[in-house]
Amino acid sequence: MTDYRQKYKMTPVVGWLLQDRGGMILLAILIAAAILVPMGNLLVPEGSAFHVPTWMLSLLGKYLCYALLALSVDLIWGFCGILSLGHGAFFALGGYSMGMYLMRQIGDRGVYGDPILPDFMVFLNWKELPWYWYGFDMFWFAIVMAMFVPGLLAFVFGFLAFRSRVTGVYLSIITQAMTYALLLAFFRNDMGFGGNNGLTDFKDLLGFSLQSDGTRAGLFVASCVFLGACYIVARGITQSRLGKVLIAIRDAESRVRFTGYRVEYYKLFVFTVSAVMAGIAGALYVPQVGIINPGEFAPALSIEIVIWVAVGGRGTLYGAVLGAFIVNYAKTFFTGVMPDFWLFFLGGLFIAVTLFLPKGVIGAVPAFGAADRQSLLTTWRKRRANEGGKA
Amino acid sequence: MSEAAVMETNASDEPQVKSARAETILYVDGVSVTFDGFRALNNLSFYVEPGELRAIIGPNGAGKTTMMDIITGKTRPDTGDVLFKSEIDLTKLDEAEIANLGIGRKFQKPTVFESHTVFDNLLLACSGGRGVFQALFHRLSAAEKTKIEKTLITIMLEDKRDEMAANLSHGQKQWLEIGMLLMQEPELLLVDEPVAGMTDSETEETAKLLRTIAKEYSVVVVEHDMEFVRDLDCKVTVLHEGSVLAEGRLDHVQKDPRVIEVYLGR
Repeated sequence: MTDYRQKYKMTPVVGWLLQDRGGMILLAILIAAAILVPMGNLLVPEGSAFHVPTWMLSLLGKYLCYALLALSVDLIWGFCGILSLGHGAFFALGGYSMGMYLMRQIGDRGVYGDPILPDFMVFLNWKELPWYWYGFDMFWFAIVMAMFVPGLLAFVFGFLAFRSRVTGVYLSIITQAMTYALLLAFFRNDMGFGGNNGLTDFKDLLGFSLQSDGTRAGLFVASCVFLGACYIVARGITQSRLGKVLIAIRDAESRVRFTGYRVEYYKLFVFTVSAVMAGIAGALYVPQVGIINPGEFAPALSIEIVIWVAVGGRGTLYGAVLGAFIVNYAKTFFTGVMPDFWLFFLGGLFIAVTLFLPKGVIGAVPAFGAADRQSLLTTWRKRRANEGGKA
Repeated sequence: MSEAAVMETNASDEPQVKSARAETILYVDGVSVTFDGFRALNNLSFYVEPGELRAIIGPNGAGKTTMMDIITGKTRPDTGDVLFKSEIDLTKLDEAEIANLGIGRKFQKPTVFESHTVFDNLLLACSGGRGVFQALFHRLSAAEKTKIEKTLITIMLEDKRDEMAANLSHGQKQWLEIGMLLMQEPELLLVDEPVAGMTDSETEETAKLLRTIAKEYSVVVVEHDMEFVRDLDCKVTVLHEGSVLAEGRLDHVQKDPRVIEVYLGR
């Protein structure tokens, strides 16, 4: 009788993917990019109009990592109202995990030629590898840690914060404090993470030289794949009953509590998932840019992520991806052309978007905008009803 | 009248107290709570029998909302007992636990999930698994669907099922919220000022709705509107300065000189 009946009879994943126009477009672009961009780089000869220079490949790969990071923030902010201003911390921890693996891969090719110790440890006169560096010579271990460490931090931090019902601006402030505390800690040389300089001079990943175009293309494809996969996971979460609970928490937290849901567990779940995604983004980012240092923990960077999401369109997931590309492209452009102007532009952009495009760039596109979710759903429903009437 | 009755039962010996408690769905005894020196509740005692519809009235600041907060676990009392079904101590539980025991609460301001459809609002309130992973892999069952359809009819919103809750009128939101409480299959419903801001016809409909609901559940209604309380046609408890001033049928308490002085006379 109603569309809901039909809707719920559909295989869930196929059902919600088909309804998600923006998501379909995003996934199509990602698949196309994963095939065409590396081909343009590796197969098309230099000088051809279709050749993709290596610097552009790396730049796009970097943007993809930022897009994944923006996606992770949109998952908690757009759908559960948790405004994290410290998500750079999870990104950086994922990056450090990957960086530690890459450091161990250098082996005796470092400046000091020590087969075990990274250069900065030799420089500090350390004789032994600290215990927390054990295992990072194995790729799988580093990958697991790139997800586990941010996830664990988010779980512990979230458990304490959500159980004490810290919400809104107070939560945002303590997430800033968290990333700032980590920034200060990672600056210290005796932490054993390379201090101010961080980890760099990477040579290879799984035996492939990081300087070669092939490896860079591989990392680009991996970034596309992980962004696509995380998008599907995030969309799946938001379309499930759990996702509906999250939106309900965003809109009326106490009502959810009095309905018998344990709000803190729901927040903890989505916060942890989001941190793991941010960690993956960091792990993909580091081999592509060749360095990880405490600067990634800077509170300003975490705030910037929120701007990406706001610019693209909060609460849509694909909007966050779009926002990350728009703002970072603008950043690349402005810091190249007029570096002094960039921060003014960023601030102006944020104000302009808040004032004129409260739903972000996505909200301004007629097909997606105009409270869109409803109108899209209504259009679809009408179409279904018409088809039903004819049949 | 009944306040005295409660006093009497309490004053008599232990076994009789137990038997009096055994008949109650909600038992509030000697509850006091102080906020920064302000006594919001002062030795408040009353009880509600299973299947009863009870109206609680009182001037602003009488402690009506604080009482609701205590029963639903939002506020802890300084002293006193709050028992559900004569044995479960509500003062030790939190909101979610109390909600899952079967106590539903409707807020003063209509609080529904505005970015969800009416149908989804009811779905979220539907009794059943509240676990994170249960919710993640939940699929709508036929039984749940039937239950939602039934509730949609009860709350007179069948034709609004696919409407966003944000687009409902004020009165419809109130009904939706009552519907959400029904979906939780509560044994006791606490309804805070359900007709505030409603039109006259909506008020009448709401009284009818609550009387229907009270056939199946115990309902406690907090209200200002005397006409509405008269429509409810039930026992009334008058609160004043955090304790019970009078209790009985509306026309009975309206004649009470103390009630006239503090509330109706003004």
